[in-house]
Amino acid sequence: MSAIVATSAPEARSSSGFRVAMLLPGALVTLLLILFALGLVFFLAFRTNDGSLLGAGFTVANFVTVVSDPLYWTVTLRSLIIAALVTLATVVTAYPVAYYLAFHAGRRRGLLLFLVTLPFWTSYLLRVFAWKIVLAYNGVLNSALIESGIWSEPTLAFLNTPAAVVVTLAHAYAPFAILPIYVALDTIPKSLIEAASDLGARPFTSFRRVVLPNSMPGVLAAALVVFVPTVGDYVTPALVGGPASTMIGTLIQAQFGKANDWPFGAALSVAVMLVILCVVLVARFADRRFGSRT
Amino acid sequence: MSEGRHTQRGGGWLGVYVIAYLVFLYLPVLLIPLFSFNNSIQAAFPLQGFTLQWYATLFGNSALTGALLNSLVIGVIAATGATLCGITVSYMDLYGRSPLAATISAIARLPILIPGVIVGISLLILINLIGLGPSRIAIVLGHILVALPTTVVIMRSRFAAIPKTIREAALDLGASDWTTFRRVMLPLSLPAIVSAFMLAFLISFDEFIVVFFLAGTEPTLPLYIWSQLRFPRSLPTVMALGTTILAVSFVIAAAAEILRHRGLSAPAPADPSQPKQTKRGELQWHST
Repeated sequence: MSAIVATSAPEARSSSGFRVAMLLPGALVTLLLILFALGLVFFLAFRTNDGSLLGAGFTVANFVTVVSDPLYWTVTLRSLIIAALVTLATVVTAYPVAYYLAFHAGRRRGLLLFLVTLPFWTSYLLRVFAWKIVLAYNGVLNSALIESGIWSEPTLAFLNTPAAVVVTLAHAYAPFAILPIYVALDTIPKSLIEAASDLGARPFTSFRRVVLPNSMPGVLAAALVVFVPTVGDYVTPALVGGPASTMIGTLIQAQFGKANDWPFGAALSVAVMLVILCVVLVARFADRRFGSRT
Repeated sequence: MSEGRHTQRGGGWLGVYVIAYLVFLYLPVLLIPLFSFNNSIQAAFPLQGFTLQWYATLFGNSALTGALLNSLVIGVIAATGATLCGITVSYMDLYGRSPLAATISAIARLPILIPGVIVGISLLILINLIGLGPSRIAIVLGHILVALPTTVVIMRSRFAAIPKTIREAALDLGASDWTTFRRVMLPLSLPAIVSAFMLAFLISFDEFIVVFFLAGTEPTLPLYIWSQLRFPRSLPTVMALGTTILAVSFVIAAAAEILRHRGLSAPAPADPSQPKQTKRGELQWHST
């Protein structure tokens, strides 16, 4: 049967008109909007700011500034630390939820999956704003603590701190982390876990030696999906972060806004993309390592 | 079912944890509807009286109506574009058997690995270069890019779940590529198409980080909200508006979810970094 299908070769009839029409929209969007636009950022990063759209000349001065000015090291490092903390917090808190979904939820699985993904489809801006309400000086947390008599004075210690940024982002990206981990856990054959327990492994041992390694691809995917948007975020630091939590996205946005130095902003963007590329490569490497075990 | 003692142990505590986690997820979001009915300009406990005055201020606000209309028009056009691209890119990726189609599909899912701020500025440079400048068309282009990974992944998993033999039978019976695509593959994937469209619309409707760079004089709803967040006096109105958006988003997301799962035995991955599905709808290892 497969021989007949193969020799009748459906694609032999494939009209070139069909192929062109089907490839055209995707090709336009991906080549022009993604590749060409990113190429422009890369190009602009090597230009001098002379007020024109694409700058002038060829220079590496933008990158020299990025690397030599301690301000950019500080902010980049802060962005990486905040993004790493958000990723860690999100993945660690999401894992048990994904585990429950995969092994314990039973008939409630569909409903629970829906419930954990639902917040993702509500406005990001409003979720950040909600945390501002919670953490503000006159906010929910302070007023609740005073009403309940735990504290007598409202504190400024919640809002406008890096911790506020971490909590807000961890909340905003939580659904991103649960899904990939759940999918990875769900594909682990139950027989593998039974085999481990038949061979005398205690539940914790079989979790550590069988379930956890087998779910690592999902954990890595989750980490990546949380880390990438977090590291360039500029909305959350602006709304709940205060001056001590300026992130690299804030600086990029400022170069294209107030500072009006597009080439330098482009150089900062290239630097961020290089950092993300490194993280992606490390994740891929780790993925291969864990993948080969299965 | 002999799931063994291992999977039963700790289920109770885990269940409690899951409930606590859901409370963490929903509590901050639900504060917005709660305070939107509160008769005080401060979003703080104890609650004052019940009022609908903040909802009343939503009506007859021309700036708000303009932003809403703008968001709706842009959302529909961007979602149409993103869904069209999602359908064709994933169809050609799975059945086109050409390296070009596979490359396009890979690049189409790339924006999820680029922070929004960089997507925004790269499009800002592009639209200025081609002489368009910040405009509604620029926002549409930006939102097509942001929604593209989602539509491609939804359509890919749906097309992959349709048995290969159905398409081959149509082709063997003499249907052209066009006819097979239009009369067989599209109707079979209709729930996924509608779901991809609705999710793309929601993404566009809520998107802020990219649109910030691309908007000219006509703001979208998130940009309008952003501009209002600076004024403490308008915060209750923002919460009334936010509640309305939350309610509508919940309904659309629920409808999209139901459609996406129709006919799929396993839940489809929601982003490209997740495992692919085999043609039988089983989930495969994530290894790319």
